[in-house]
Amino acid sequence: MAASGNNEVFAPWKDRDAVPLIRIDQITKRFGDFTAIDNVSLDIYPQEFFALLGPSGCGKTTLMRMLAGFETPSEGRITIDGVDMASVPPNKRAVNMMFQSYALFPHLSVWDNIAFGLRRDSQDKDQVAARVEEMLKLVQLSQFARRKPHQISGGQRQRVALARSLAKAPKLLLLDEPLGALDKKLRQETQFELMDIQEKTGTTFVIVTHDQEEAMTVASRVAVMNNGQLVQVETPEVIYEQPSSVYVADFIGDVNLIEGSVAALGEGAELAWAEGRASLIGQLGAALSKGQSATFAIRPEKIAISSDEPLDRRNRVRGKILDIGYLGNLSTYHVELPEGPVVKCEVGNRSRIERRDFTWEDEVWLSWSDTAGLVLAR
Amino acid sequence: MRRLLVAVPYVWLVVLFLVPFGIVLKISLSDIALAIPPYTPTLDLSEGWTGFKAFLSQLDLENYVFLTSDDLYWKAYLSSLQIAFLSTFFTLLVGFPVAYAMARAAEEWRPALLMLVILPFWTSFLIRVYAWIGILSTEGFLNQFLMWTGVISEPLTILNTNTAVYIGIVYTYLPFMILPIYATLEKMDGSLLEAAEDLGCSRMQAFWLVTVPLAMPGVVAGCFLVFIPTLGEFVIPSLLGGSDTLMIGKVLWEEFFNNRDWPVASSVAIILLLILIVPIILFQRNQQINKEADQ
Ligand SMILES: Nc1ncnc2c1ncn2[C@@H]1O[C@H](COP(=O)(O)OP(=O)(O)OP(=O)(O)O)[C@@H](O)[C@H]1O
Ligand SMILES: [Mg+2]
Repeated sequence: MAASGNNEVFAPWKDRDAVPLIRIDQITKRFGDFTAIDNVSLDIYPQEFFALLGPSGCGKTTLMRMLAGFETPSEGRITIDGVDMASVPPNKRAVNMMFQSYALFPHLSVWDNIAFGLRRDSQDKDQVAARVEEMLKLVQLSQFARRKPHQISGGQRQRVALARSLAKAPKLLLLDEPLGALDKKLRQETQFELMDIQEKTGTTFVIVTHDQEEAMTVASRVAVMNNGQLVQVETPEVIYEQPSSVYVADFIGDVNLIEGSVAALGEGAELAWAEGRASLIGQLGAALSKGQSATFAIRPEKIAISSDEPLDRRNRVRGKILDIGYLGNLSTYHVELPEGPVVKCEVGNRSRIERRDFTWEDEVWLSWSDTAGLVLAR
Repeated sequence: MRRLLVAVPYVWLVVLFLVPFGIVLKISLSDIALAIPPYTPTLDLSEGWTGFKAFLSQLDLENYVFLTSDDLYWKAYLSSLQIAFLSTFFTLLVGFPVAYAMARAAEEWRPALLMLVILPFWTSFLIRVYAWIGILSTEGFLNQFLMWTGVISEPLTILNTNTAVYIGIVYTYLPFMILPIYATLEKMDGSLLEAAEDLGCSRMQAFWLVTVPLAMPGVVAGCFLVFIPTLGEFVIPSLLGGSDTLMIGKVLWEEFFNNRDWPVASSVAIILLLILIVPIILFQRNQQINKEADQ
């Protein structure tokens, strides 16, 4: 999320001249006859906060471990800062990893844990001490320096692990589900702390998570993975607004999916979805040809609800309210269409006027603009 | 009912430790006599209080003074300490790699390996020591094998030397070293080594900086478990050792059964116990600290 001083948006991946810090080139990793990573190529640029997102078992940890050097790729090449990593052992890489289990040394104090990596580089004592103090201050643990890991709380342990992996000022910091063990509040606080630290230190972060909200909050770019493959690599906004596939749309946030077939292709796309109904109009989200079966994806918060027919909009459907949820700042309606699908719609409750008094079984109209929805390949 | 349960260990301690200890202590303060039992005075309660006072007045520290006058005894103590130290060290030298290999073996192999370590306990200790006589004697298997391979032309004299004693002790006490070290290594989190490597350690450095310190409680426990019984060991030095193998267990036995000097033998035993109290207390402290660290 690091933005350079002159309000220019940080987007080196769009810059043809930018040199990536990490080049993952057609990597495949097999365990026996099981393929954990399947022909993945990916560039990660300096100072990025890159998130790997995906369901359990999709290969996120495996990809990280290959970057750290704990696993060797079965095929393909990884270069970090222009150097081929094939024959570089973990201890010779300018990469540090924050382990999912923290992996703090139980026999060493917080102070010695953080100093551990620094001492390996045979820096002199004062230099090590100064750096450790700096790190302790950064993660606000100065008064716990003398404690052993088992004498501090889970959240504090997590911060020690972070400080330890940052201490050597690595070019690349790998974080494997760093916040998995924290409760929601502490988690959110720590997310902002992480972003703050990332900005202060300018280190490139690669973070693994299966919490999509977390990925959206912290990352400059998100890679959505499935079955060892990258499904989409984009900024959080694009991932959310323009998912490239039904899989991504469904994985990130809430979405209504309506099945149909492509009726017309023009500036956008039209999807025939039910006998005798007007086609749904949306942006074309994938390469599709006429007549092909496709899915219409629309986010609940982009749908308006009204009791009168909104004649000014081409995308409008009629249905019956099944269920209402009041969430304080917004209300959600589940509307059943006579054609079958149940559509979820979210309305903000910012003012009284917006809060209409609909109740169960009410007949309502749902509508959305021509550019709100996406037509995606099934 | 609960009181009864609490009392059990105390009763155990009193009946099986304090009472025998009191008896041995008393004998060590008595004088040798040609009688049954072979010492004087014996407590005769029929004479009441005066008899008891007379009994007390006959007890003295003569035997302890005697122990200092003959250099056999302190030499035996020293030599026992030396043998116990060295064999503990050798046992550690052999035991640590074995425990390490076991802990790193594939998970499905570990129960079988553990079984192999414990297996020798299924046969009598004496039989196993006798087996070593068969292996180490001049015409034994070891010499025959070495001569057959041509490594040596003359048989080696191993049996009835200190070397044989070390071999016997290391062999016998090895499981007591392996098991506690294995227990600490096995529960060690493998990601700690990866973390160490990640932070710039070579494999070797990671071993010394992470594995060894974390195995330390097991190493200490193992060393005490070998050192304490070895110090008073009698069977191994008397079967495998030679005439110049000086160990306090052997001296003790000779005083009791060859010289029938129960009072001196008892005082030897009391001193041995005093020497052992130090390592036993240290061992208890070590166990206590580990327990706290685990919590
Ligand atoms: N050493 C290994 N041997 C065999 N299979 C492995 C090994 N490591 C990982 N796998 C398999 O590779 C796949 C990907 O594992 P990985 O740990 O990368 O998943 P992940 O995306 O990190 O999942 P999670 O979110 O649950 O941590 C899994 O199906 C896993 O079973
Ligand atoms: Mg994982």
